[in-house]
Amino acid sequence: MSAHMKELTKGLFKENPTFIIMLGMCPTLGVSTQVSNALGMGLSVIFVLTFSNMAISALRKIIPDTIRIPSYIVIIASFVTIVEMVLHAYVPSVYAALGVYLPLIVVNCIILGRAEAFANKNTVLDSALDGIGMGIGFTMSLTLISLIREVFGSGTITLFAVGGFDGVIEIPGLSESPIGVLTLASGALLVMGYLKAFFQWKSSRGKK
Amino acid sequence: MSYIGILITYIFIQNFILVQFMGLCPFIGVSKNSESAIGMGIAVTFVTGIASVVCYAVHTFLLVPFALEYLRTIAFILVIAALVQLVEMVIKKMSPALYQALGIYLPLITTNCAVLGIAIINIDEGYNLLESFTAGIAAGLGFTLAIILMSNIREKLEMTPVRKVFRGVPIAFISASLMALAFMGFDSSLITNLHLG
Repeated sequence: MSAHMKELTKGLFKENPTFIIMLGMCPTLGVSTQVSNALGMGLSVIFVLTFSNMAISALRKIIPDTIRIPSYIVIIASFVTIVEMVLHAYVPSVYAALGVYLPLIVVNCIILGRAEAFANKNTVLDSALDGIGMGIGFTMSLTLISLIREVFGSGTITLFAVGGFDGVIEIPGLSESPIGVLTLASGALLVMGYLKAFFQWKSSRGKK
Repeated sequence: MSYIGILITYIFIQNFILVQFMGLCPFIGVSKNSESAIGMGIAVTFVTGIASVVCYAVHTFLLVPFALEYLRTIAFILVIAALVQLVEMVIKKMSPALYQALGIYLPLITTNCAVLGIAIINIDEGYNLLESFTAGIAAGLGFTLAIILMSNIREKLEMTPVRKVFRGVPIAFISASLMALAFMGFDSSLITNLHLG
């Protein structure tokens, strides 16, 4: 069982898709203006990654080697379409906020990368665990970036509205005079640069 | 919006890399020297231009008449993947010199968000055929502009003493962030003031 657990946990820190392997950065920066969008995006990616990994792993002996990339893309695109339709029907606000980045999950390098590097060589169970782990790692990084950008950029934390709670937590002190640039495109790249530097520092320290 | 308006919008105001973050992976990966940056930029512009037209045609003449709009994502990515293959074969046959220059970048373009992104944006914005083509070319040119600027900055950074933890990708992101700050100078009021709206 420990070998299976390793497939699950390696995506969280050791092979974190965003900060260590540097894959799938377009949605990471594009939707990280609000925590709720980051969570919506993260959950969509976990779903697509897990199921496409499972499907590709199950079909790995049937798909001919020469046309594997187009086949993977079709499988991934089908799951993305399912997510699009479900979000459109049940959470239209998240659907609207994610906009063009939702269909762009198809070309998110993480998903094709895991299919090519992992799912076409491993069993269905391991591929599913790998998908969940990588998906959670991606969601954590995305949430971290969006938390930094939203807390310092607009002084709020936006979650989903439940009952009487409207979903927005205001942080006293920061919400009156936030660092507005962090919510803009430039701030996203800046936060990403500093976080990447932090992870490089951490991994270089770990080696010593 | 006029054609010049569309050009300015997608090259500067909605620059694909610095404002919309589409195509960041090749932007960081291929911007280490300016020659490969130019190659990548031209290849992307070529494909976004053609893909915009073909995806527009597929959407208008195939998906809409049969009420299959929900298959948009699958249809577009297949069209783009096939198109990239086709372009690769045509260039190889017609101009081996160009193939030599672009060859290694073409397969990477299938999974470049910019191509699928502009195809979807064209449909969402309701552009017609010629407007889609203009937007496609403009998006590619905006990508080329950003990646060439970035490669020049990175070539200079190679010779600059940068702290060890910031070397490589982190400093590239921070430079891109400063470039994005400069691109904020272009906003939609530019279109209004130039009477291109």
